Amino acid sequence: MNIELLNQASAFISQEADMLDHGEYPEWLALWEEKGLYIVPINPDETDFANTLNYACDDAKMRNLRVARLGSGESISTSPAPRTIRSVSRFRILADDGKTVTVRCAQNLREFRKEIQKHYTANLTYTLVRDGDSFRIQQKVVRLLNSSDALQCIGYIP
Amino acid sequence: MTSQATSKGHTLADLVQHDRVHTSLYTDPAIFETEMDKVFANTWVWVAHTSEIPEAGSYKTGYIGRQPVVTVRDRKQQVHVLLNRCRHRAATVCEGHKGKTNSFVCPYHGWSYSLDGALRGVPSPESYGDLLDKADYPLVKLRVEEYAGMIFATFKDDIEPLVDFLGPAKKWMDLFMKQGGGFPVKVGGEHRFRFPGNWKIQLENTTDAYHFPLVHKSFLSSVDKQTEEMLDFVEGPGFVEDLGNGHSVMVMIPDLVDLEANLDAPIPERFAALAEELRADYPEDQVRRIVRAVGGSGFNLNIFPNIACSMAFFRVLRPVSVTETEIHHAVITMDGGPEAGNRARLRMHEHFQGPMGFGTPDDSEAWERVQKGSNAGTDQWILLNRGLAKEQETADGRRSDVSAETGMRAAYRQWKKLMTA
Ligand code: FES
Ligand SMILES: [Fe+2]
Repeated sequence: MNIELLNQASAFISQEADMLDHGEYPEWLALWEEKGLYIVPINPDETDFANTLNYACDDAKMRNLRVARLGSGESISTSPAPRTIRSVSRFRILADDGKTVTVRCAQNLREFRKEIQKHYTANLTYTLVRDGDSFRIQQKVVRLLNSSDALQCIGYIP
Repeated sequence: MTSQATSKGHTLADLVQHDRVHTSLYTDPAIFETEMDKVFANTWVWVAHTSEIPEAGSYKTGYIGRQPVVTVRDRKQQVHVLLNRCRHRAATVCEGHKGKTNSFVCPYHGWSYSLDGALRGVPSPESYGDLLDKADYPLVKLRVEEYAGMIFATFKDDIEPLVDFLGPAKKWMDLFMKQGGGFPVKVGGEHRFRFPGNWKIQLENTTDAYHFPLVHKSFLSSVDKQTEEMLDFVEGPGFVEDLGNGHSVMVMIPDLVDLEANLDAPIPERFAALAEELRADYPEDQVRRIVRAVGGSGFNLNIFPNIACSMAFFRVLRPVSVTETEIHHAVITMDGGPEAGNRARLRMHEHFQGPMGFGTPDDSEAWERVQKGSNAGTDQWILLNRGLAKEQETADGRRSDVSAETGMRAAYRQWKKLMTA
């Protein structure tokens, strides 16, 4: 097992989680490859994201718009903004071709907003492109444990 | 029933007036119980689009009111809507949202039913002697009718034919289905979510143009100028029309009522790249027809009580309790149509709809606040008199301006008729 790579990848993903929990969106947007895709599928086994309906399938433009919306104060579902704390763990390197690394991990996310705390658990799968001693995100897939159920609205970036 | 006293000494009939309804319609559990019986078990209720059960054995589970049902296509292509309840001791015979099966086998003691609901097999029948005639115990079957690919079922065997119930709504359904762009309309997946509020709050919202610029400000800020202008319809030339039997239509963008008209008009900027991509495979007239269809219809058709044909998707509502409602937003794609066009529709749907869309969560928040605010006051009313001043009779019903509450008044008139019958 390549412990050094595992450490590098988990450090990168933990940092990304921390950015999202603390609303550091410009920094988060800068983690991405220009052609990167942020995806939250409905069917947990889905692989053809382009040709199916997802909860989110964001290219760079949509990621920027999503971030702008969260901070705009124009949306009643995100003002006040939900507070989130997520922990990421159970990291595993699924593939490594020297240029890109595929990593899977577990995410436990608690959200609190206006009197109600909710819990979302997900499998995260990242395709990371090596960039010096760090990475850039080519793809992040958030497979919510209950994605095929009727959800409540999600006013943050899981 | 009309004389039955309900909340605050009002009778059911008093609770709905021509320009207002009583707040207890959102909050009273006894009214909700009555609705399950008098409304949902007494009218045509939408269960599926034909594309959701495409082949013999395809099924979709769902609810009529709170009663679980299965909609299934049998080997002769006949569609059945069956109560999802074993005739032995009540276990559901079908689980999962959609799928394909050869038969329904109850998991508890193994009674098996064919796709049309007939009881075929009973394990170890000897113990019954001659007490059990299988012909007496098929899955309970509802009356089913279909129009424009929309499948409806009813518990009320002597109800008027579906086409009569739909009435003038039919021509709007026909117009809506033009968004297949020359291909059959197909449900291409759906967003399902719940909000803590009464089902009629969502029913009202389908023909509520008034909220759009305010609640959807963040969505409007995320689209191009041309789209933003197109969606600036509250003071525009559109209208809401009461179509009878609780149905209504809200036309926001009159230019987009008929998607097969004006095909020579310039292609909007946001579809220029899609049009260019389509030109590789389709002649210009077809490109224009597809592109115009991809953008969706310029109206919302509300069909009482549980389905709407809304711009580019089907909105389905399911009452869960007096204070909880489940909503499905089913995306419409072109069956066999260009993948690029369907991808554009999927991305547009994701942009506005669903729990992570830029529109739905704000609607959901507004509805939640209606429910919360409804707990204030002891004898308060919900005002529905917007647009009443200029409302005119039409051939199909009554019409007023686009942000009139005419559609809500239509729905509550039907609600009152059913609830006091
Ligand atoms: S409950 Fe279905 S077989 Fe007994
Ligand atoms: Fe809305």
